[in-house]
Amino acid sequence: MTETTGKTGVSRRTLLKGTAGLAGLAAGSGAITGFPYVKSAETKVLRYLGTAVNEGDDISKQCLKDTGIKIEYITATTDDVTKRVMTQPNSFDVLDTEYFSLKKIVPSGNILALDAKKIKEFDNITPVFTKGETPGGKKIGGQGTAPWKVLYLEGKDSKKFATSATEFVTLIPTVYNADTLGIRPDLIKRPIDSWSELLNPEFKGKASILNIPSIGIMDAAMVVEATGKYKYADKGNMTKEEIDLTMKVMTEAKKAGQFRAFWKDFNESVNLMASGETVIQSMWSPAVTKVRSMGIACTFQPLREGYRSWASGFCVSKGVSGAKLDWAYEFVNWFLSGYAGAYLNRQGYYSAVLSTAKAQMEPYEWAYWMEGKPAEKDIKAPDGSLLEKAGSVRDGGSYEERMGAVACWNAVMDENDYMVRKWNEFIAA
Amino acid sequence: MDTSETILQQASPDLVLGSDTTRAAKPARLSPSFISWLQAGPMMLVFLAFFLIPLVFVVIVSFWDYNEYQLLPAFSGRGYTDTFEGCIAQLPDLCTIGKTYLKTLKLCFLVWTITLFIGFWVAYFLAFHVKSKTWQMGLSLLCTIPFWTSNVIRMIAWIPLLGRNGLVNSGLMKTGLINQPVEWLLFSEFSVVLALVHLFTFFMVVPIFNSMVRIDKSLIEAAYDAGATGFQTLVNVIIPLAKPGIVIGSIFVITIVMGDFITIGVMGGQQIAAAGKIIETRLNALQFPAAAANAVILLAITFLIITMMSRIVDIRKEL
Repeated sequence: MTETTGKTGVSRRTLLKGTAGLAGLAAGSGAITGFPYVKSAETKVLRYLGTAVNEGDDISKQCLKDTGIKIEYITATTDDVTKRVMTQPNSFDVLDTEYFSLKKIVPSGNILALDAKKIKEFDNITPVFTKGETPGGKKIGGQGTAPWKVLYLEGKDSKKFATSATEFVTLIPTVYNADTLGIRPDLIKRPIDSWSELLNPEFKGKASILNIPSIGIMDAAMVVEATGKYKYADKGNMTKEEIDLTMKVMTEAKKAGQFRAFWKDFNESVNLMASGETVIQSMWSPAVTKVRSMGIACTFQPLREGYRSWASGFCVSKGVSGAKLDWAYEFVNWFLSGYAGAYLNRQGYYSAVLSTAKAQMEPYEWAYWMEGKPAEKDIKAPDGSLLEKAGSVRDGGSYEERMGAVACWNAVMDENDYMVRKWNEFIAA
Repeated sequence: MDTSETILQQASPDLVLGSDTTRAAKPARLSPSFISWLQAGPMMLVFLAFFLIPLVFVVIVSFWDYNEYQLLPAFSGRGYTDTFEGCIAQLPDLCTIGKTYLKTLKLCFLVWTITLFIGFWVAYFLAFHVKSKTWQMGLSLLCTIPFWTSNVIRMIAWIPLLGRNGLVNSGLMKTGLINQPVEWLLFSEFSVVLALVHLFTFFMVVPIFNSMVRIDKSLIEAAYDAGATGFQTLVNVIIPLAKPGIVIGSIFVITIVMGDFITIGVMGGQQIAAAGKIIETRLNALQFPAAAANAVILLAITFLIITMMSRIVDIRKEL
């Protein structure tokens, strides 16, 4: 009795194995057998690792409709995205990350540069990325990890950034913006025009910066430079002495009770501002929009020293090849083809290919978001909720004005290790 | 002859009960110590695989070197020397790590004292004043209700209450007790301690309650008969007998608070240093060996505190 059962079990298992093997062969794969492959051959699935910035449900739905590619979002914070690339490079296919993290990611060899020739709209990508200037010809500040410094690699498997254009692109640009301080004009009641106001004792206990060292230190540097205490050669690549000086200024302010709190994520920054805990703080554009959509006055204040900018783009994991790599190209091409760009523009970000996004936006939307003109009609968010009433003008004005006034970019410094230690000291002070 | 053999014999008369059979069966029987090992085995394996081995890795990695993007498996004390940077040079001022641990220990001490005080009396009430078992069970379950939502939500719920324009401040302003909103209610050590006490008092209640219900009621009666006052009974009978519970509860609370950085971060407005926060910042900067070194230091200090506590009470003996 026992014997018979055993035999049946074995033969059934063998049968299953055989079937799976056959199915795998049938699907045209010699090396990989089993169900996962068969399944993925039916629906095109890409695992998309990134921060929440680009990851709209509408984008993935539209993508599935247009290309048949199913996007599975893996959402993490900027730091965690980098960590995941380093430690689990096989856990994602497409990577959406910021240019400043390339200084860590590229040497690790865990990502694959994309071929510029396979990107249809590559030549239409805004010169912000390729030349460091606006379409109107304004030179953009290049302090920090500016995208054009790390856009190309010397060769396919190279770990060196090329100084001139090659066909091997580290990240295909997707989205970027110019960040500045957010303020509550209803509580401040006077014009603000300099980063130095962040440390103005008038706002004691009502200011905030973000507690992400690599970004926070850039904001701190903008403040220090604005107060006239010091002029950096490159805010994005400080010497140890410069880091000491910057942190000293910030530590003194912290000890004097200047800061109400530091924030770490989007929602924290919204809550601080909306509840009136802070009236001036470093902020991200959509966070300002969110506060405003709650009916609370909040301005993304342009400042005379300029903006701190950031940019992100796509690459793929080293492990991606064959059909999956083709889908990745198909997806990136789709992303630049207009729908996603328009979607991002409507949130106050900027899309990398302006022409395709423009084609997908209403003329009045384009005029408001990109040309800095007063809104002809009510401005709505991608989800249809009201953002701005007709007649309002975008903070900071047009694309040319905002991107043209960028002073520095988010960065990873050579002295990053020292900076992180000093940041811990600052928090402990 | 015991009954079981008789019954067996009655049930199957063919079965021969002989000394031979018994002897033959004996060697196959497992020795008691082997059985104990077998019983403890699964837990031991889990402990080994998911605690000891990872811990050994952490210690090893803490002595490695690193650069911006990878671990360099060469011996280096950099994780440690960097951590204690300036500790001698800056004297008499405290270095970063010194300040951080001083702050963490202070918060830990405050939270421990308050949770112990509240936890002890809640447990006391449940064990001695609630007579029926059903009510005891019911009320202890009531204590667990806050655990039905996540840590983060219980923590964040305090923010609208304590903020500058929050419920407490606007209430106080309306009653005319204050003219200006009280700022130290939120993003301060006060709010951190409040949230931690709120989160972790229950970990104190359960073990103390557990020790207290096991106290023989006749001991208390004896104390009463011998003329002890309520206070004397408490100090000389109940507290000594509840000690194991107190120590276990204290271990729970202290280990959690020492390693906490989320509550301290959110309620302290990210402005208060915590030992766990240093580890997180280092991890986020991909400086794994430095993070590991800090983890080893935290572990050593926590272990030291626990050892001191178990010196006061031998938990194994008392259980």
